[in-house]
Amino acid sequence: MDVFVLSRIQFAANISFHILFPTISIALGWLLFYFKVRFGLSKHPVWMRAYRFWVKVFALTFALGVVSGITMSFQFGTNWPGFMERIGNIAGPLLAYEVLTAFFLEATLLGVMLFGVNKVKDWVHTLATFLVAFGTTMSAFWILVLNSWMHTPAGVEIIDGVVHAKDWFAIIFNPSFPYRFAHTLLASALTVSFLVAGISAYRLLRGDNKKAPNITLKTALLCAMVFAPLQAFVGDLHGLNTLKHQPAKVAAMEGAWQTQEGLPLVVFGIPDQELKENRYAIEIPNLASLILTHDAKGEIRGLEEFEGEHPPVAPVFFGFRTMVGMGLCMILVAWWCGITLLRKRSFSRFQLNVLVAMSFSGWLATLAGWYVTEIGRQPYLVSGILKTSEAVTDIAGENVALTLGIYVSLYIVLLLAYVKTLFRMAKKSVLVEEYDLDMSGSRSVIKNSSHKGEMA
Amino acid sequence: MIDFSADTLALIFACLTALSVFLYCILDGYDLGVGITLPMKSEAQRNISIASIGPFWDANETWLVLAVGLLLVAFPTAHSAILKALYLPATGMLIGLILRGVAFDFRAKVHVTKKYRWDWLFKIGSVWASFCQGFMLGIYVMGLEYRTETVVFGMFSGCCVVAAYALIGNAWLVLKTSDDLQLRSIRLCKQCGAISLFGIIAVSMINPIVNSNVLAIWSTPPWAYFYAIIPLVCFAMFALGYAVLKKLPTKNDKGAALPFIISIVIFTMCFAGLAISFYPYAVPNQLTLFEAASSAESLTIILYGAIFVIPIICCYTVFAYYTFRGKADQLQYY
Repeated sequence: MDVFVLSRIQFAANISFHILFPTISIALGWLLFYFKVRFGLSKHPVWMRAYRFWVKVFALTFALGVVSGITMSFQFGTNWPGFMERIGNIAGPLLAYEVLTAFFLEATLLGVMLFGVNKVKDWVHTLATFLVAFGTTMSAFWILVLNSWMHTPAGVEIIDGVVHAKDWFAIIFNPSFPYRFAHTLLASALTVSFLVAGISAYRLLRGDNKKAPNITLKTALLCAMVFAPLQAFVGDLHGLNTLKHQPAKVAAMEGAWQTQEGLPLVVFGIPDQELKENRYAIEIPNLASLILTHDAKGEIRGLEEFEGEHPPVAPVFFGFRTMVGMGLCMILVAWWCGITLLRKRSFSRFQLNVLVAMSFSGWLATLAGWYVTEIGRQPYLVSGILKTSEAVTDIAGENVALTLGIYVSLYIVLLLAYVKTLFRMAKKSVLVEEYDLDMSGSRSVIKNSSHKGEMA
Repeated sequence: MIDFSADTLALIFACLTALSVFLYCILDGYDLGVGITLPMKSEAQRNISIASIGPFWDANETWLVLAVGLLLVAFPTAHSAILKALYLPATGMLIGLILRGVAFDFRAKVHVTKKYRWDWLFKIGSVWASFCQGFMLGIYVMGLEYRTETVVFGMFSGCCVVAAYALIGNAWLVLKTSDDLQLRSIRLCKQCGAISLFGIIAVSMINPIVNSNVLAIWSTPPWAYFYAIIPLVCFAMFALGYAVLKKLPTKNDKGAALPFIISIVIFTMCFAGLAISFYPYAVPNQLTLFEAASSAESLTIILYGAIFVIPIICCYTVFAYYTFRGKADQLQYY
């Protein structure tokens, strides 16, 4: 395989592994801030129990995010030197601002958040938690500005093939940015909702009758009930925005080979790039046009209009169906269990088992959606400005093959270890007594009777 | 807004990049060093060692992201030329950093029997990442070429960096720990200091022999007189450090911070020596930092952000170190 294909697979592998962890840490940071504020208001130790358990998950997640993120800053130059050569004037400042305003903030105050609870005043600890959550969101802001700009570039002029900034406001608030930012933050919120619900349900199933898992399950389900439908709505808006600016991507998502009025929605099929049709297609007439143009007879441009300029169809097509399928599952499960919760009934074992099974559903949906949008931009790295193939490196393919092999095997091991550890921590927490929290004294002191010698 | 000339900007960003690399070497240097000499015989000592770097290591590694990021955005052609030449060792280093970073967090969350294995991984990852960094430095000094002699030099340089990180890591532990662990760290400081001193002398001899313009820089008056301060201070610090270590530990723990401060001065001198040797090149003998710099427009925008943000970063970094001052064994695990 040539260095182009290998570099693409390697970057995809790195970024897929990396994105899993920020997706959790962004919303989990805010959830921890919520727990801390609730504790501050009520002084009820259960909120601190919830904080203590989930801050450990946060620490582990954050560490994996940091170490997997460092590889990115190397690969821009080693594997994609053309990227900085051509759009360095845009990407450079955005990446620099991400490091300066977000990375240091979150990484430095994480120490105070994890280990400082008895070293600083309570409000300072709450502030540190807030700033860490804020930092994770800021880094999402900057990186999504750059990513959105690569999809829908604006505010620049091109001189001798090199992009120069003309209007930074237009660059930052480029056409797809508000939608992508909202969509990604909601993806994070949903991922965390289902993760927290799943792990809490797992604790209940293993006979944990303490208050903390019940309260985290409740919080997570209420979040999911709100965010899952909201995500469907925002996702639809994002789709309309994509139709306007990147019609080839939408054509691939819908498996629309020909331009037509009253495009059917292909529920399932196998897109065949040779024959330019969907085999074994199950279709609902006119529905795609109705969703995309709000008119059953609306015209959608097909892939035939973007010959040689459209992405590979099958991965975008299947990725889209995986994402939407997961999203619908999330809405159903959230409301099915949420109604039980609102009617103050107790959950059936079946419901709890379903929630456990859905623990990492957010990851699946996020990755699928990420593939849709990123593969959907191909063959371009920056829409209309820079093709992916123009940016690739000239280093030896064998070297990239070697590093790719090492990365992928490492990632598989770490992913398994992460998931296993999360459930292990849940199992262990079942055995911890209700509150090992000493309320005497002006400040709450945490006694670590069962966790002595352990950290984070 | 002041308009800087392209050359001024290139120089400012070269200083900022160098400062980030330098801070990374000191900050991640000490936490890598703690990993390199992690005491495998005593779990209690391992817990304290790791607790001493727990609140800091995430932020320490962020300096690497900033350093590589600044190189990427300010000197994109140099970033690509250097890191393409160092592709395999850089990947090796990243794998090492990943392994030790995750081992650090997994160790506390797994079953006690598996903790020992994660601790080993933490140690091996730390040694490997440090070795790769030293190897990269060696190959860089050798003009980014791979021949038998440059690879041998790279491996030698790798061992030196492992020793230097172990020195500053143990100096950190002298400051942050007490009793047996402190005694052990004092002993290791002496040993690693001796190896580091030998390494620094060897590299200082080989570098001017290999690079003729390095020899010219260090031997042309009047600047050569001025530069001569650097090795003098460096060796004086080794002598002072040895004298201090012989007196430690003291009652009331007086002077426990000195080995760490002395190590920082030694690191500063070595770094200054290398910086002087290679100025104005970004890629040795091939590309100057003025040729490699990106356009003035994007650098100006980053500079304004940096001037505003870096003091804030310094403030909360100082706050974090102030919060976790004192001995690490008094640190409440959370």
